[in-house]
Amino acid sequence: MDWIPQIFRRRKLYEDLSEEIRLHIEERTEQLMCEGMSAEEAARAARRAFGNRMLLEERSREVWQWPTLESIWADVRFALRQLRKSPGFTITAVLTLTLAIGANAVVFGVLNALILRPLNVPQAESLFVVQHGSDVGSHSYPDYLDLRQRNRSFDDVAAWAISQAGLDTGKDPSNVWEYETSGNYFDVLRIQPYLGRFFHASDEHGPNSAPFVVLSYAYWHNHFQDDRTMVGRVVRLNRHPFTILGVAPPGFQGTVLFFASDIFVPIVNHEQLSGDKTILNARGIRWMFEMVGRLKPGVTPAQATADLNSVDSYLKKSYPKEESNDPYTLARPGLHGDYLNGPTRAFLTGLMLLSGLILLAACANLGSLFAARAADRSREVALRLALGSSRNRILRQLFTESVLLSLAGGVAGLIASILLLRRLSVWQPFPRFPLHVPVSPDANVYLVALVLALVSGVLFGIIPVRQILRANPYEIVKAGSTGAFGRRITVRDVLLVVQIAICAVLVTSSMVAVRGLMRSMHSNFGFEPQNAMLVDTDLTAAGYSGERVPAMQRRMIDAIQAIPGVDSVGSVNYPPLEPPGTWQGIVYTDTTTDLSPSKAAADPNMFNISPDYFRASGTSLLAGRAFSWHDDTNAPRVAVVNREFASKVLGSVPDAVGRYFKLQDGTRVRVVGLVEDGKYVNLTEGQKPAMFFPLLQSPASWIWLVVRSSRDPQQLAAAMRSVLRDIDPGMVLAIRPWSTELAGTLFPSRMATVSLGVLGIMGAMLSITGIFGMAAYSVSKRLKELGIRVALGAQRKEVLQAALGRAFKLLAIGSAAGLVLGILAGRVLASIVYQATPRDPVVLIGVVLAMAALGLLATWIPAQRALSVNPLILLRED
Amino acid sequence: MTETNSRDLFPGALEMMILESLRREPAHGYALVQHIQQRSNNLLQVEEGSLYPALQRLLKAKLVKAEWKLSSTNRRVRTYQITAAGLRRLEQQISSFERMFEGISLVLNPGKVTTS
Repeated sequence: MDWIPQIFRRRKLYEDLSEEIRLHIEERTEQLMCEGMSAEEAARAARRAFGNRMLLEERSREVWQWPTLESIWADVRFALRQLRKSPGFTITAVLTLTLAIGANAVVFGVLNALILRPLNVPQAESLFVVQHGSDVGSHSYPDYLDLRQRNRSFDDVAAWAISQAGLDTGKDPSNVWEYETSGNYFDVLRIQPYLGRFFHASDEHGPNSAPFVVLSYAYWHNHFQDDRTMVGRVVRLNRHPFTILGVAPPGFQGTVLFFASDIFVPIVNHEQLSGDKTILNARGIRWMFEMVGRLKPGVTPAQATADLNSVDSYLKKSYPKEESNDPYTLARPGLHGDYLNGPTRAFLTGLMLLSGLILLAACANLGSLFAARAADRSREVALRLALGSSRNRILRQLFTESVLLSLAGGVAGLIASILLLRRLSVWQPFPRFPLHVPVSPDANVYLVALVLALVSGVLFGIIPVRQILRANPYEIVKAGSTGAFGRRITVRDVLLVVQIAICAVLVTSSMVAVRGLMRSMHSNFGFEPQNAMLVDTDLTAAGYSGERVPAMQRRMIDAIQAIPGVDSVGSVNYPPLEPPGTWQGIVYTDTTTDLSPSKAAADPNMFNISPDYFRASGTSLLAGRAFSWHDDTNAPRVAVVNREFASKVLGSVPDAVGRYFKLQDGTRVRVVGLVEDGKYVNLTEGQKPAMFFPLLQSPASWIWLVVRSSRDPQQLAAAMRSVLRDIDPGMVLAIRPWSTELAGTLFPSRMATVSLGVLGIMGAMLSITGIFGMAAYSVSKRLKELGIRVALGAQRKEVLQAALGRAFKLLAIGSAAGLVLGILAGRVLASIVYQATPRDPVVLIGVVLAMAALGLLATWIPAQRALSVNPLILLRED
Repeated sequence: MTETNSRDLFPGALEMMILESLRREPAHGYALVQHIQQRSNNLLQVEEGSLYPALQRLLKAKLVKAEWKLSSTNRRVRTYQITAAGLRRLEQQISSFERMFEGISLVLNPGKVTTS
C-alpha cells in the first residue's frame, strides 16, 4: 500500500528532484570554471554534459507514475483545454448528446419498467396470465373455479376483477379502487404482508363469507398516515362492515403494472360490494379481469396451454351455450396479457428504434463536426506528427475528446431522464382513475445510458480517424489541407437531407398540434366548464334504491342551491366528455310504425337531467322551455333535444318544439325545448344528435351534480361537502372543478402535442448541428479557395454562395420534402388533436420561417468565417 | 552518443554500479558520476543526467535512501545511502553478473576456462 502516501508525497518528490538536478549542473559549472572556463562556457558545457534536462527529469518522474493512467489524465486535461477553446462546438455537442442519450434513457426506462422488469413478486418467471382467445382477460367465476380444479399444470390459479366502492372509516367516506380477488391471490403471488395478515382460500366459505380488506401500502400511507392500529379495525365498504386484515408490501400495487389499486377484497363478497346476487354463478358473464397461475416446476407453457384447452373442451361439452370457441393461451403478467403487452411492446420497440436512430443521427452529425475540427486542426496534427508524436497518440487524444463529450452528454441526459421518469412515475393523467406508470429508473437504465454514451463517443470519434491516419504531414504543412473537399453526393448528405425532412415533419406536426390544441381549448363544447364544479356520487353504493333515489337527488340539489354564492345547481346521470363515454339509445320519427333497429332515425346521446341542468352547465336554450319538477312520472313524457337531433329526427330546427318522436319501446315523447349542439364523447367528433330527459321520468342512481358559482372552488367544495354530509354522512363524494375533470378528455391531444413538441425540438437541434457541421466542414476545407476568390475580387454574396450553397441546397430539399410529409402527417394528427388542420396558413408560414431560422442559425458561424477570409493571411501562412 | 548508459551494457548495470559506489560511501548524484567515471578509467561514459532516473528507481524500490545534507565543501546536496535491501540486491546482482560474465567468456574464448 506504498502508493497511497506516494500520491501525497509526489509533489515533494518532484521538487526535490528538480532542485537536485539544478544543484548538480551548478556544481559541474563551478568545477569547469575552476578548470579555467568562462562562466558562460562552463554553464553551456555543464548543460551539454547533463543532456536533455527536461527529458531526463520527465523520465525520472515517470518512475513514480502509473504511466498509462497519468498519460490518460494528461490527455483528459489537454482535451478539456481544447474543448474550452471552442465553447460553441462543445455546447452544441453536449446538448445534442444530452437530448439523444436522454431520449434513449427515457424510452429504455419505460421499456425496462413495463416489459423487461418482471412483476415485483417472488419467482415471477413461473407466473402466467391465462387468456381466453380474443376475450382477453375476461372470465366468468364458474369457469375460473373449473379451470382451477381441473388443470394439472399449475400449482394454483388466482383470479381478480377491478371495481370501485365507497370506503367509510367513520369520517369522510371516499371512493376507493379495489381488486376483488380470489382467496388464494396473495398465496399464488407468494408475497408477504407488510403488516397484519392476508386473506387466504381457507377464509372463503361461500358468498359474502369473507368480509376482509387488505390495504395497499400507498393507500395506508396516504390515507391512514402509517397508523398501525388500523389493522383489525372494522370499516364499511358500500355500507357493509369489513375488517382490515393487513397492509400489502410497499412495492406491490396489484398484478397490472399501471393500475394501482387502493384495497384488496375477497371476490366471494362481490354481492355485498355490487348488489348483484347472480353474477358469481353466471357461467356466461365474463366479468373478471384476469386469471394468474403459477406453473408447476418442470411444466412448460406449451404443456400448460394444452392442459387448459383440454379442460376447456370438457367445459364446452358440458355447457355448449355458454362457452366461447376461443382457445386458452398464456401470456406474461404485468400488462394485462397480450392485450396490452403486444401493443405496448410494439410501440416501445418502435420508440426505442426511433430514439436509437436519433442517437445515430446525432453521432453522424457530431462525426461531421469532429471531421471539420480535425480538418481545422490538420496543421497542428501535422506538426505533431512531424515532431515525432505517434499517430496512436494523436488518435487517443481525439478519442479522449469525443469520449469526454459523450460522457458529459450522457451524464446530463441521464439526469434529465431520471427527472422525467420520476415525474412520469408520480403522474396521474386521469384524476378519477388510479392509472400511473411505475417507471422509476434503476441500475439497468444507468448502465444503458453509460454504454450509449461510450458507444456514441467512439462512434463519432471514429469518423475523423481515417482522415488522421491518411494524413501526410509534409503535404498538409505544404498545402494547408488534407485534400480536396468532395463535390459528389455522400451518404452524409443523404442522411442530412433525411434528417432535415424528419425535422420539418416534426416541426409541422407539432405546430399543427399546438394550433389545434389552442383552438380546442377555446372552442364551444355546448357547455361552459369555467366556474362550474362537479360532484360525483353513486347512490346505490350509498344504499339508496327505488323511489328514494330521485327524492335524495332533489334534497341534494336543494341543499346546495341554498349555499350562498351558488348561482344554479343541476344534475346529470353522466356529464358530456367524461371518459369512457355516455349512454345512447335509438329513436324513431313519430310516423315510424316498424320499430326494428334498422328503421331507427338516429342513435342519439342520452342524458337524464334535473330541471336546472342547462343553466348550471351553461348550455344555451335556443327555443321552448327547460324541465321543471312537474315533469314527473304523472306528466306526459317530454324531452329537450339539440339542433342536430331536430334536423335529423324531427326534420326542422325552427319548428322542433312541440313535435314528437318515439323511443324503442314505442313511447311517444314530446319535444319541449331546443338547445345548442355540443361535444358529448370526444372533442374530435362531428355534430351529433342528443336528447335530454327529465330526471323524475327516467331516474338514474349514479348522478353528477353540476354547480355553477363564481366562488373560490376550494371554499365552495368545502361548503358543498358539509351540506351533503348533513344529509347523509355515509355518502361517497368526489368534488372537482369541471375544467380539471376535462383534463382527461384533452389528455390525448395534450400528450400528442407535448411529445411532438419534444420530438420537434430534438429534430431541430439535430438539424442545426447537422447543417452546422456540414457548413463548418465545407468552409474550413475550402478556406484557401475562398481566399483566392476574395483575392480575385469576389463579392460577399459570391463567397457565401460558394461556401454555403451546398448546405442551403440540402436544407431546402429536406425542408420541402418534410413540409409535404408534415402536411400528410397533419391529417393523421387531425384525428387525435381536435381542430388540427395542416392547411392553416399560420402553420405553413410558421414551418417555412422555422426552417429558415434553423438554417440561418446553423450557418451563421461558418458564414462569418467564410466572409472574414483574409487572402493575405492565408497566403502568408503558406 | 547520447544514450551511453547502462542499458547499452545490460539492464541494471548502472544501478549495480551506483549501489556498489554507495556501498563504499554515501554520495550525492554529482559525486557518483565522478566516482563511476574515475573507477572505470573513463571507459564508461555515463551521461550525467541518466543517473537520475536510475536513482529514482532505486529510491522507489527502497534499495537506497536519500536525505538533504551539507557536503564537505559546505554545499547543500542530496546524499544517497545504500539500505540493507540494497546490499542484498547488490550481492545478488554481482553474483549473477559474474555468472553471465563467465558464460560470455566461455563462449568468446572456448580454450580458456576462467573461474571466479
